Amino acid sequence: MAAARFAERYTALGGTGRVTVYGAEPRPPYNRVLLADVLTGRYDAESIALPLGGAEPRPGCEVVALDPAARTLGLADGTVEPWDELVLATGANPVLPPIRGLRRVDGGGLTEGVHTLRTLEDCGRLAEDAVAARRAVVIGGGVLGVSAARALAALGVPTEIVHQGPYLIERQLDAQAGEVLRGRLREVGVETYPGNRARALRGEDRVTGVELANGYVLDCDLVVLACGTRPRTALAHTAGLPVATGVPVDDALATAAPGVHAIGDCAEHRSTVHGLALPAWDQADVLALRLSGAEPDARYTGSRPPARLSTGGLEYAAFGAVDESLDPGLDVLRLTDATRGSYKKLVLRGDRLVGAILLGDLAGVDALAEAWQRDDPLVDHPLHLLT
Amino acid sequence: MTTTTDTHCPYCSLQCGMRLRTGGDPAAAGAAEAPAEVLERPGFPVNRGALCSKGRSAPALLAPGARLTGPLLRDRPGGPLRSAGWAEALDRVAAGLAEVRERHGADAVGVFGGGGLTNEKAYQLGKFARVVLRTANIDYNGRFCMSSAAAAHRRAFGLDRGLPFPLADIPHTGCLILVGGNPAETMPPALRYFRELRENGGTLIVVDPRRTRTAAEADLHLQPRPGGDLALALGLLHLVIADGRVDEEFVAARTTGFDRARAAAMAHWPDRVERITGVPVSRLRAAAELFGRAETGMVLTARGPEQQSKGTDTVGAWIDLCLATGKAGRPYSGYGCLTGQGNGQGGREHGQKADQLPGYRSIEDPAARAHVAGVWGVDPAELPGAGRSAYELLDGLGRPGGARALLLTGSNPVVSAPNAAHVTARLRGLDLLVVADPVLSETARLADVVLPVTQWAEEDGTTTNLEGRVILRRRALDPPEGVRSELWVLRELAARLGVEKGFPDAAEEVFDELRRASAGGDADYSGISYRRIAAEDGVFWPCPDDAHPGTPRLFLDRFATPDGRARFAGVTHRPAGEEPDRDYPLHLTTGRVLAQYQSGAQTRRVPELNAAAPGPFVELHPRLAARLAVAEGDLVAVTSRRGRAVAPARITDAIRPDTVFMPFHWPGAGRANTLTNPALDPVSRMPEFKLCAVRVERAHETTHETARETAQEVAR
Repeated sequence: MAAARFAERYTALGGTGRVTVYGAEPRPPYNRVLLADVLTGRYDAESIALPLGGAEPRPGCEVVALDPAARTLGLADGTVEPWDELVLATGANPVLPPIRGLRRVDGGGLTEGVHTLRTLEDCGRLAEDAVAARRAVVIGGGVLGVSAARALAALGVPTEIVHQGPYLIERQLDAQAGEVLRGRLREVGVETYPGNRARALRGEDRVTGVELANGYVLDCDLVVLACGTRPRTALAHTAGLPVATGVPVDDALATAAPGVHAIGDCAEHRSTVHGLALPAWDQADVLALRLSGAEPDARYTGSRPPARLSTGGLEYAAFGAVDESLDPGLDVLRLTDATRGSYKKLVLRGDRLVGAILLGDLAGVDALAEAWQRDDPLVDHPLHLLT
Repeated sequence: MTTTTDTHCPYCSLQCGMRLRTGGDPAAAGAAEAPAEVLERPGFPVNRGALCSKGRSAPALLAPGARLTGPLLRDRPGGPLRSAGWAEALDRVAAGLAEVRERHGADAVGVFGGGGLTNEKAYQLGKFARVVLRTANIDYNGRFCMSSAAAAHRRAFGLDRGLPFPLADIPHTGCLILVGGNPAETMPPALRYFRELRENGGTLIVVDPRRTRTAAEADLHLQPRPGGDLALALGLLHLVIADGRVDEEFVAARTTGFDRARAAAMAHWPDRVERITGVPVSRLRAAAELFGRAETGMVLTARGPEQQSKGTDTVGAWIDLCLATGKAGRPYSGYGCLTGQGNGQGGREHGQKADQLPGYRSIEDPAARAHVAGVWGVDPAELPGAGRSAYELLDGLGRPGGARALLLTGSNPVVSAPNAAHVTARLRGLDLLVVADPVLSETARLADVVLPVTQWAEEDGTTTNLEGRVILRRRALDPPEGVRSELWVLRELAARLGVEKGFPDAAEEVFDELRRASAGGDADYSGISYRRIAAEDGVFWPCPDDAHPGTPRLFLDRFATPDGRARFAGVTHRPAGEEPDRDYPLHLTTGRVLAQYQSGAQTRRVPELNAAAPGPFVELHPRLAARLAVAEGDLVAVTSRRGRAVAPARITDAIRPDTVFMPFHWPGAGRANTLTNPALDPVSRMPEFKLCAVRVERAHETTHETARETAQEVAR
């Protein structure tokens, strides 16, 4: 996705270089954010392709080697291609959790009925499998897990979420919001088991259940792994580039190797790997400004993306620090409307907004995002931000 | 003895029908000094008798005391303007133009026209520039008005006409999205069509950073940050696709380029669009559903989305929304632009645009050149090529390679151009500035020669309203002694510059030539005559022959592209020319108020209108006001990278807290265009009037002087 954005902006900004977008997947770049709704059938697989500007897509063309000194890259079919500037936008891979029975005994990949949801191919396989599925378990209750569970439920498959954390999406929400979200999921046919760890998968040829750490077994014939992602750094690593969690870049989005840049889920900027689409696009925009020559000195200084979910009747927005227990200097303002299933919370330090959650009713999301992003002092009672 | 004459309002692009009564006892008529009285003309279809305060009070400016009644001349740079006779003034102009041409070449003489000029004047001005002055450098203030919509129109449909349907179709559509327009204040008589639409069960969606009087009447008001219109359109297109509301049959049969537009829309998923525009996803969904499920629908844009450095793309994205949903080229559906100036439409069709010849022809097209040169009786090779666009023309004045003499009519760039302080300095740098205007406008005050010209009620001429309806203004009374028409001025100047023929001063004669020049062009007027216009309440172009009924509705069978298909723009969002940052943290957006018109050169001279809208102001949200410790009526200073303006605060929650608004009708310390950014659209060359980054603070003691200056300017 970051690659597509870069290519599109590069052309639009008047860049004159020839841009080639190499990708291992069999399709040109598409919008991954929409995958859960490709699963529900809201989007066709074909229709989520992204604009590429004047770039030439080379799908099905995995880059397996990189030589920063010679300024070449090697493709899976053995050919070697030269470059003047290289943009690493290799993205991330799903994390496979340490669960017994995850892989086939013959070593041929994931056990039948077990899926990840990162690519259109994943999505296609999962959709096929979901047609005959009676019961699904999603392992992981973060954003992807919630989206996937909601999508499976929308397809008519009763679904359960096993989540290791204390409540859903604990990286963005607080306990109360997690609980409200759990209730809303229940209404659409998704049951959640927080504070539970999956220990093993049952089944010989095909998965038949998920065994929890407490010994309980959830019967199912479909499992989706949603345990987070890890930056794809192997190419950078084998090329001798320093690698931390991601590929470290400076404010120019440059890696340690001259001419090599990194953006998106594979990049680590100021010790942060965002792993989200909006910061990836911010980075792509800055790099396009630099490399097209439109603004050779443009700098990326970080993103403050609001966390946002807005599909299938589940809606929330969360910003900044939402757990007031970590800091005694924080004040909290809460508004809960049980009948409408909405929950709103502001976290304040003095007259500054440092974090917020809106769940259910998002009417004030714009003013809230604005106040948080600008970091201006709040002049009157912050209640107006909640109503 | 009194006479009544059916004619039209001198102001906006509605060109409302009105009846003028003249020759009566002015006192008895209730018009203290005005030599004419406005009566209703209920039979005219566009406004059905309704008029706004501007139209009703228009005759006030006909009184000799309110205007210039003789030429003015400046004997030396920096000296005062003095009265002069016409012969002396015209000799001086002709000699000055000839001298500059001699010394610096033909392109050193520039011509700047206006969208308020009649078709005849616009045509004649273009011909005068190309045939008499032989300069490429003619452009006009319409470049500041509809050029982005025009460019997008041509790109999508192959033809540009403000509305492809009569206004009277609006009440019959299912859902109308009005983007960045405020007809309740800018063209009040048109508001009834939007009200009737709702009475008939249709839905009105208004997109505007301010809850304007128009937005307050909408079923749904989307309030994006300034500059968010492009992303908003793409966000709606995204949802229309996701919701399965694409009209596949229409897209397949009547358009090209959908795949690119779909890819562009996929890059604008709802969360991202919310982040760019500030419009919550839930409201995007509501809008997409209302528009998507309606059987018929229209999108109308006005200056809001158009006056941006991405105006052409923004309009293109809104057109894409219409095309994807099959809402174009069908009855009661389509995209249209609410044009601005009285003859904003016709003014751009007949040759006062740097790149065009009459009939909406390209000046670069050899066939077009040959045709027009034939009508003009000149060698096509002698016609100049395309010249500089409006802001570029003004920006170059008095500089190497730029114009050193400027003939300006129907415009007041000192108030209306972007980065106006800079433009004023450029005008002062000219060897010769000639301004034709009925009044001593702020720009006329800088001139070396001021030529007082006739007003709408004192001359015949056609204009083309926003519907593409060619209408006829009729001479209702004689101008004061000492005032001449622009056609007469051009005839006299042409003769002094050695061209004796081809510049008649009778409007109908000019129109007959215009008809021939336009024949076969996109805007074909050849079948339109004064007689037909009078008999038919206007005739819609194209009208290629006397028997042709005119074309009220365009594109019903095919679009005007070579293959007959409409073209998707397939554009993506990009930032504005200037985004807020630490030093300039707020958006400024500019616009209009009901009782004033454009640069105010006319309306600021009408007491009734000044009483209603006496001066500039800065509109800001209560929360912003509280943060800045500004109370209602306090003077606030608004500063951009280009300058500083001071005006009283007007506090209202109708505006976004991250945005301030200023109307642009006034000169002096409160001049909004001191602040605006001349970043140009790459296609239309439209400057970015509608948004720039500013800092706002309470104005302190030192600025009281500038405030007094404002008060004086306004009083003048």
